[in-house]
Amino acid sequence: METDIRTFLSEVFFLGDDPADLPASSSLIESGIIDSTGVMELVGFLEDHYSIRIQDAELAPENLDSIDSIVNFVGRKRAAVA
Amino acid sequence: MSAVHDGRGPVTASVLDIDCEAVTAEIVAAMRSIVGRSLRRQGAVVGVSGGIDSSVTLALCARAFGPERTVALLMPETDSFDGTLELSRGVATAFGIEPIYEEITPILAASRCYERRDEAVRQVIPAYSEGWKFKIVLPTVLGRDTYRMFSVVAESPEGERIEERLPAAAYMTIVAATNFKQRTRKMLEYFHADRLNYAVAGTPNRLEYDQGFFVKLGDGAADLKPIAHLYKTQVYQLAEHLGVPVEVRERPPTTDTYSLAQSQDEFYFSLPHAEMDLCLYAHNRGLPAESVADAVGLSEADVERVYQDIDQKRRTTRYLHMAPQLIAPVDLGHDS
Repeated sequence: METDIRTFLSEVFFLGDDPADLPASSSLIESGIIDSTGVMELVGFLEDHYSIRIQDAELAPENLDSIDSIVNFVGRKRAAVA
Repeated sequence: MSAVHDGRGPVTASVLDIDCEAVTAEIVAAMRSIVGRSLRRQGAVVGVSGGIDSSVTLALCARAFGPERTVALLMPETDSFDGTLELSRGVATAFGIEPIYEEITPILAASRCYERRDEAVRQVIPAYSEGWKFKIVLPTVLGRDTYRMFSVVAESPEGERIEERLPAAAYMTIVAATNFKQRTRKMLEYFHADRLNYAVAGTPNRLEYDQGFFVKLGDGAADLKPIAHLYKTQVYQLAEHLGVPVEVRERPPTTDTYSLAQSQDEFYFSLPHAEMDLCLYAHNRGLPAESVADAVGLSEADVERVYQDIDQKRRTTRYLHMAPQLIAPVDLGHDS
């Protein structure tokens, strides 16, 4: 899952050649990697790719603002569905 | 010309009070210099919406260049608020200007503005069809730390309302299609400016200019922006001083872009303009949230959220202010 998310971020936001270089714990917003439109695109990607529905109350930095937090959040959502 | 906060104690609304006579004189002198000497044009064109900003801009142009060298362009379309035309005519008349009327609905229909927009709305609300109205809304920043996502609110002819969160593609398509409106208006403003050798005066206030609340090459395009340094609260003060009709001054700010009535603070800004102005003022001076919290009636935590939203919007809309980027500098042979 982490590789997919890194690839998505890298390809959509033109972040360089190697998705593995993206820091796992840095804030995607504060580091300027994504903006508010980027958050919409990220949410769409996660919902489509992992067949989950992200509720409004879950659209929080602790769930979506770093690669680590996204991986943990999506993992919890998928586990809850399974 | 305005009461400046000294950085100590609480901010009050009076910090935005201006000496309207002096501010008007300063702006009018600058406009004459910019248009005459820098731009070498002979008058100005203003797109008049019936809102406070375009009305004040028109009034300033009339003072700077005279009513006979100021064009008031009225450009309603099918989604415009019913009273838009009457208000706009009233503003032009108040400043001795005979307005020019350009109905833009046929141009928008030909560019498939409405069709493209409605297709995108139907991706989210399939029942949306003829006779329905809609708007785009954003949740409040207050009392929450979640990311805000745009929703579409659609209303059937029978009054049934449906609200759905917008996926990125549908949101961007709706905005892109709607942007035809501002760009079509700007195209017509430049038609009249070109034929008369006039400049186009843009109408953003400081809040809109700072926060990127404009369409690039649409209402964001202009040769000069006479009130871009003024907070909206100050624009209202100037409006009264300049004699903008009371119906315009008392009308709540609206985007007048979507078919359902939409306030600016449910689509874009975090707060109504008076409170938003004070937060922006305090944030611009590096003042802590506690210094402005009482004046805007919010908790310190909510003022912090507004500050963060201001910063976020600046980051997101930075590209709107950017000129076309060159790969290498090009020497144009003069300072520009």
